[in-house]
Amino acid sequence: MIIPGFPGAAPVEGLAGGLLIGLAAAIMLLGAGRIAGVSGMAARAVGLSKGGTPWPMAALFVGGLALGAALFTMLNGPVEATYPPSAGWLVAGGLIVGFGTRMGSGCTSGHGVCGMSRLSPRSLLATITFIGSGMATVAIINALGGGWS
Amino acid sequence: MKRAIVALISGTVFGFGLALSGMMDPLRVRGFLDIAGNWDPTLAFVMGGALVVMAAAWQIQKRMHVPLVCDEFSLPGTKLIDHKLISGSVLFGIGWGIAGLCPGPAIASLATSIVPAGIFVVSMVAGMGAFRLVESRL
Repeated sequence: MIIPGFPGAAPVEGLAGGLLIGLAAAIMLLGAGRIAGVSGMAARAVGLSKGGTPWPMAALFVGGLALGAALFTMLNGPVEATYPPSAGWLVAGGLIVGFGTRMGSGCTSGHGVCGMSRLSPRSLLATITFIGSGMATVAIINALGGGWS
Repeated sequence: MKRAIVALISGTVFGFGLALSGMMDPLRVRGFLDIAGNWDPTLAFVMGGALVVMAAAWQIQKRMHVPLVCDEFSLPGTKLIDHKLISGSVLFGIGWGIAGLCPGPAIASLATSIVPAGIFVVSMVAGMGAFRLVESRL
């Protein structure tokens, strides 16, 4: 399906993938009583969080992310992915994402999916903030001629 | 044991969904953030789908006394809106815009694009470690 004006968008795959992501978060919530927040689980898995999630749970959740992606590629072939042109973007982005998600107590999954669906004011504010700041960052990079595509 | 299996299933479904959704493509994610340029709305469909399912899950959760395989719900209860929430989210957005990756897709991509995803994830863990070091002074 193509959205008029946005020929590159993949709304059907996006919606289907989103439903699965919601299902995954629902399994964690209703099954184990916890938030499927990737940044928190990742910090816990590498020993950088005092968080209450038992270590095996965090490690298996994080490992499952890669396992699920591997299963997808086995069934459907390679995933399309275009990365920034040099490692510097990845290092800078990674450092800031790691610091910021811990400082802000969550990322797209914890605040965006789990918190917003719970109508948590904290998560609504966090999500609006990081989407806004992400959009501003891309606009500034593009204006400086540093965009990659 | 049971809760570890639940976590593995949740993570696996999550990773499969990320791969299907197109969110493991940094260029597509960057496209969503490129609102003033060549905007790609796909991420909004991903978020919409996930929110619909989770909104229903929260309604079910309200009617449950305990989760299926644990003794209690362990959910964040803080309502505090402080500078850490805002500053941290601003920073996260900056890093997200720079690399086109957030933690979930980055970790899932370790299975498919080990070098670039690995560089990002190692840097992300370093950033988490840096926060741990300065946390008490913020």
